[in-house]
Amino acid sequence: MDLSIRGLTVRFGAVAALSGVDLEVPAGGRRALIGPNGAGKTTLFDVIAGEQRPAAGTVALGGRDATALPPWQRARLGLGRTFQRSTLFAQLTVAENLALAVRARCRAGWRFWPVRDRELEREVADRLETAHLSGAARRRAGSLGHGEQRRLEIELALAAGPTALLLDEPMAGLSGAERTSAVERLRALPREVTLVIVEHDLDAVFALAERISVLDHGVKIADGTPAEVRADPRVQEVYLGTA
Amino acid sequence: MTVGRGRTLLLLALLVALASLPLWAPRFWIYIGTQALIFAIFAMSLDLLLGYAGLASFGHAAFYGVGAYACGLLALRHVDALIPLLLIGALASAAVAVPIGALSLRATGIYFLMLTLAFAQILWGLAVNWTSLTRGTDGLIGVPRPALPGAGALGFTLNERGPFFILCLAVAVLVFLLLEALTRSPFGRTLEGIRENERRMRALGFPTFRYRLAVFVVGGAIAGLAGSLAAMSNGFATPDLLYWTVSGLVLVAVVVGGSRSLVGPVLGAFLVLIAQLGLSTFVDRWELVLGALFIAFVLFLPRGLVGLVRRA
Repeated sequence: MDLSIRGLTVRFGAVAALSGVDLEVPAGGRRALIGPNGAGKTTLFDVIAGEQRPAAGTVALGGRDATALPPWQRARLGLGRTFQRSTLFAQLTVAENLALAVRARCRAGWRFWPVRDRELEREVADRLETAHLSGAARRRAGSLGHGEQRRLEIELALAAGPTALLLDEPMAGLSGAERTSAVERLRALPREVTLVIVEHDLDAVFALAERISVLDHGVKIADGTPAEVRADPRVQEVYLGTA
Repeated sequence: MTVGRGRTLLLLALLVALASLPLWAPRFWIYIGTQALIFAIFAMSLDLLLGYAGLASFGHAAFYGVGAYACGLLALRHVDALIPLLLIGALASAAVAVPIGALSLRATGIYFLMLTLAFAQILWGLAVNWTSLTRGTDGLIGVPRPALPGAGALGFTLNERGPFFILCLAVAVLVFLLLEALTRSPFGRTLEGIRENERRMRALGFPTFRYRLAVFVVGGAIAGLAGSLAAMSNGFATPDLLYWTVSGLVLVAVVVGGSRSLVGPVLGAFLVLIAQLGLSTFVDRWELVLGALFIAFVLFLPRGLVGLVRRA
């Protein structure tokens, strides 16, 4: 699914968190969104996902104007997201966490009688294995270690079957080996899935992204291939230069 | 033996003990048992909201009272069929729960609690002041009990304590089994997900408001069913049933018994009724003692009586 964001402006009181941001990601694109802290990256995700209303601008998902749609309807159009801080169902088991996401995809929430669903159980088992969480299936999500929570965070979003996925700092707090395996997981995604990734780990960014957009103080200052962005003097000044 | 099987055996033993109550217990205790069962149904309906869906309603008496009035009004119009009289309470309360839920559920937490309380008090005011329908503070009196088809031939009617107690037990068991199934169904799991993390559920594509409204209406309907039984049991429906203290008492029963378990609210309902009975004969201000008990449970046993059993 392609994303088309035009002229997005968000204000918190007198502060403009985003001003006139455009972002075009074609279907199957691999885009990274970088910029210093407070540049407006998460705010942009919140607007695309429908959790934050923009003061101006439009959001189109798969060619459909989604600016006025609530988050759940955008999810049904095929939009998925992960959160900067793991946003799991802490009291439920890891397997039940994933089962909820699978049911979201199958629109199976309105069933009022308990029936054993072997197809769902099989898919949950497969996904647990993919995420290296099989051993933790019956543990509560809240009791997982940080690395396990980050893996579940991503797998939860994937289980809902998105065709466009917003990843908010998926590498945050991960060790070197965990980063490598997270990058592998994302590189293994089918080409149909559009990826937009906010990430401070530039190794991961360059390993995943085909194009990079750079935000600073709510303004998009650069947009291009990794080589172009690296060569951009403004980007070097505000971002890479200080790193 | 697994925990699940132990629980089932314990419940069956409890059921047999309760079902045989009319054979050996004094008449007074059959009456108390009837009241406790009705209160238990009411408490289970609140637990569906509080424990499973995470909705702390402080106005649940509204649906109990509306159910009682609906049943009373129909029974006073010479309808004596059991099933319609039971269902009218559930349907009337469900109908009232739709607008109350649609407005209250826009808020969460303490604001939701205050809104449900306010709506329940509005209905209480209506019950007091809409005298042409409700007969004001006197309430509906002389509500007859329904006839049971075929029971006459067997030599009993629902006007006797034993058979009416068994009716209440049957309805309570039915509600227990229905809620047990509902909470384990995909719908029930969805509610748990919303309770745990509504933001994530929306991001996954669940229209969370509709789910919360649906469970609010189901909870209201079951409370209305309990209200129907209360009107039949007492023979009257008065504004007291809708008053906020009733909402408070059922909340105490759920918390003391242990929410998120269905067995907990049943135990809590029995405990609260027996405590009320026992304490009110010795102490004038029995609510004070019950309040202290409530605080003690919240502080030291947040999982309620059921948590105590599980820990043992």
